[in-house]
Amino acid sequence: MSHGHHSMELKPEAIRLAENSTWRKLPMIAGIIGLASLAATMGLAGDDPKGALLSYLTALMFVISIGVGASFFVTIQFLTRAGWSVVVRRLMENLMAPLFLFIVLFIPILLNLDVIYKWTNPELQNPDSPYFDYLAVVKAPYLNESFFTGRSIFYLVALAAIGWFFYSRSTGQDESGDKEVTRKLQFLSAPAIMILALVSTFAAVDWVMTLDFHWFSTIFGVYWFAGSFLVALCTTILLVLGLKKSGLLDGVVTVEHYHDLGKLTFGFVVFWTYIAFSQYFLIWYANIPETTMWFGLRLDGTWSGASVLLALGHFVIPFAFLMPRTLKRIPLTLGIAAAWLVFMHYLDMYWLIMPTAHPEGPQPGLIDLTALLGVGGLYFAVFGWALGRRALIPEKDPRLPESLAFENF
Amino acid sequence: MANENRNSAHWGALAQFATPADLYHACEKVRDAGFSKWDAHTPFPVHGLDKAMGMQQSKLPWIVLGAGLTGAALAFWMQTWMSAIAYPLIISGKPYWSWQAFIPITFELGILFAAFGAVFGMMALNRLPMLWHPLFRSRRFERVTDDAFFISIESTDPKFDARATLELLTEFGATHVELVE
Repeated sequence: MSHGHHSMELKPEAIRLAENSTWRKLPMIAGIIGLASLAATMGLAGDDPKGALLSYLTALMFVISIGVGASFFVTIQFLTRAGWSVVVRRLMENLMAPLFLFIVLFIPILLNLDVIYKWTNPELQNPDSPYFDYLAVVKAPYLNESFFTGRSIFYLVALAAIGWFFYSRSTGQDESGDKEVTRKLQFLSAPAIMILALVSTFAAVDWVMTLDFHWFSTIFGVYWFAGSFLVALCTTILLVLGLKKSGLLDGVVTVEHYHDLGKLTFGFVVFWTYIAFSQYFLIWYANIPETTMWFGLRLDGTWSGASVLLALGHFVIPFAFLMPRTLKRIPLTLGIAAAWLVFMHYLDMYWLIMPTAHPEGPQPGLIDLTALLGVGGLYFAVFGWALGRRALIPEKDPRLPESLAFENF
Repeated sequence: MANENRNSAHWGALAQFATPADLYHACEKVRDAGFSKWDAHTPFPVHGLDKAMGMQQSKLPWIVLGAGLTGAALAFWMQTWMSAIAYPLIISGKPYWSWQAFIPITFELGILFAAFGAVFGMMALNRLPMLWHPLFRSRRFERVTDDAFFISIESTDPKFDARATLELLTEFGATHVELVE
């Protein structure tokens, strides 16, 4: 329409970090915190290597889900040729770039499969052993250490490749201004999203679901995806609000983009709930012992508090809070919702993984925090490097004017 | 017809505009002139026109929320009453009051009522169905579903004055103005 009130000339200081910007210190600060915390995690592991490794796995699954969710977001934007999201897409691309880190960060898990995963125990396969387990025998062709390690390396390399490819191509367009880049990424986002869907599903099943190898849930991959997409959105909201607070993205990301990010967040709160309830509901209905055990551990006894907190905090509270239009358009309230949901997603990962380490009840400890700061620190160090390297938005994207002028009805 | 509060023998004034942009700017001026009983008519939705007209946020979301909550509560209560009070049956060894089993229908009826609230609430707020309107007396107005853009100001508006309003609309860029009976 003719009432365009945005000037299409972008102020360079709004879309680029200044040389003396505090954000430029992010790689250094986060990197030091990350390395120090990882060292502390190793030190704290002490006499409970299984608990320590599962705390570390919780941190890994939490942080990698930010990158996986961002990868889904970016590929969906290219696939649908979305206009509104261009001004926030670069932040998501910067969240994809650090995915290569996990190839290294997963090494402690892959080297200690026998500590973490019960199905590695050879006694389960021995018919003469008191530990003999028929389900372990039938699942052995899939659940064995070499195949598991090979699959894990494939997932990690695929995620790293997709993350780096979209990041480097999109940032490359900043210099060349070549519209062909957009066309190519649109084309490649279709196979990329299929690979992402398969990799994230199988990765969630392998790394988390097989902790209790008797248990199975066919919707588990979707469950993890729902949380991943949600946490990527919330992380982006927090980053946008932080950058705005430093005077960046002024006149670029507007209240209209907040509103849309808020709507998507609300949508994925509902989607997560729908999947979570579907998973619980079918298992409750069918009442098959090998699948109800998993929920029994979480819903009865000492873990039930965490389950109730998850149901309230991951659904009821954000559902009601994010419903009004106004609260999605005010930076403070949107930021509170996003920060709360990031915390809830961590609780979700904790709730999935840690009952394996502490069936007797939640034992949150310092090691959970150091593992989180370790993995998260390194991840955001690379993110910070990517943030400062290029513009904060894809400045030569052909749909940028559409995104700048975007308005909700 | 109760015409006693009309400032004129006419229903109101109708002004035609050549383009959506002209209409948009005219709406801003009509809004700023302080009119309250007026409307814009276009063959397709014009982006941002609600702001140019100074329209307030709709009350519809509250109707939808109320209807949705009513539907969900009704469904949950209905199933509780049927399964645990009126006709208790043991189904697959579950307790009579198995709230888990009630959730899908609670969800569905909540959605159904919310959708009803949205559709019928919208119709009520827009006073639909409306099979006839005084503007239909204008021959020019027939083009509103085709390629013409209009503003109408009702004579019940306290600021309405037959001659002055037509002049004002011409000043705002109308290509044609008329009074509607």
